[in-house]
Amino acid sequence: MSYAMLTREQIAARIANDIPEGAYVNLGIGMPTLVGNYLPKDREIILHSENGILGMGPAPAAGEVDMELINAGKEPVTLLTGGAYFHHTDSFAMMRGGHLDICVLGAFQVSATGDLANWSTGGDAIPAVGGAMDLAVGAKNVWVMMEHLTKEGRSKIVSRCTYPLTGIGVVKRIYTDLAVIDITPRGLVASRQVPGLSFDELQRLTGVPLLPSGARAAA
Amino acid sequence: MLLFAGKRDILFEAMINKIVPSVEAALADVRDGSTILIGGFGGAGVPAELIDALIAQGARELTIVNNNAGNAEFGVAALLKAGRVRKIICTYPRLNDSYVFEALYRAGKIELELVPQGTLSERMRAAGAGIGAFYTPTSYGTDLAKGKETRMIEGKGHVLEYPLGGDVALVKAERGDRWGNLVYRKSARNFGPTMASAAKCTIAQVYEIAELGALDPECIVTPGIFVTRVVKVLRSPQRLETEKAA
Repeated sequence: MSYAMLTREQIAARIANDIPEGAYVNLGIGMPTLVGNYLPKDREIILHSENGILGMGPAPAAGEVDMELINAGKEPVTLLTGGAYFHHTDSFAMMRGGHLDICVLGAFQVSATGDLANWSTGGDAIPAVGGAMDLAVGAKNVWVMMEHLTKEGRSKIVSRCTYPLTGIGVVKRIYTDLAVIDITPRGLVASRQVPGLSFDELQRLTGVPLLPSGARAAA
Repeated sequence: MLLFAGKRDILFEAMINKIVPSVEAALADVRDGSTILIGGFGGAGVPAELIDALIAQGARELTIVNNNAGNAEFGVAALLKAGRVRKIICTYPRLNDSYVFEALYRAGKIELELVPQGTLSERMRAAGAGIGAFYTPTSYGTDLAKGKETRMIEGKGHVLEYPLGGDVALVKAERGDRWGNLVYRKSARNFGPTMASAAKCTIAQVYEIAELGALDPECIVTPGIFVTRVVKVLRSPQRLETEKAA
């Protein structure tokens, strides 16, 4: 049976739809930033930016760019009514101190026990970490948004990360272009596979054992 | 008398006046080998005029603390290019256009200490707040915690981190008064308040000097006790365009 992988936009829309009213949310640089474009208009969701913004709004209209109002990716943004500015140390107190309900991060690899590798591929690249390690240990729920497989077709969900770690046992949920995987004390629970993708096929593609979401109730 | 001078340069003056006439005057006494905290995140909050003046001033063998390691060839990148920096302590030195840093790093001409962003900020806060060290869960179990003391606290691994203070802090604020009180603008605030507290000599560049009392005391972000000198610079539309393009 054939199936189509979700586009990045479709994954972003799926994540956005899972964010509840009133949540304080940090969207990581790169792919997770797309989630901001799909937040349901009828929900009040407060976006945090590590460089000192709560209530961050979308990109400004042309001609209204203010380079003193930028997001963590250094792109111009806006402030929603009710938003606030604060300094870096306060911002990271919010992140590290467990005040954010959800952060959505990209990843190179996630292990079966929720270890996250998303800051370095090792080798001789210039190392750069930014706020990734603070978010990983601090947010109440760390959600990862990534492709299920590498370009070479290998599972990015692994028994043990081979790339340098960002945090240990921190990821609660993974949104991929094939399914949603919850990391639970019993193991990895797969749900919401794309249409046409059977659980067995998803298991075959994934580097570690999965439980079907139906088994959750049965177990 | 020195004991009571706080962050003031001139004693026995009739009134406190931290305002200095020029960026050159503000930076005249920066010494070789100094550790310099430089505010800014991306293009926002970069004390560009002070950095340019530091390059002109000529101090060498500097240790620079900044979120990034400069981009294109202005600001921190220009300082690196001028060969004034021995070591950089930062969180994210890999930008699309951080080629000046990359070339120096690959040639072994600059030392890099990579620090998670919240840990960098908290280490400076600790320096400013008189805290001897602190345990943070950030980086526990990662390569960035290698060689550091760790401890389990309430079942969670923590890493011991030490304060990071500066000889000089260069910060950009929007308005300041002669007591050194500062307010910032939007996300240009970023590291400014923490760095201001963490250096022996804090120099703030502002676009506007306010009369004493004109800044709302309820809204002052950096109280003057943390500030040594305030210098007015002109808002330069041209510079803004350069930063946008970068």
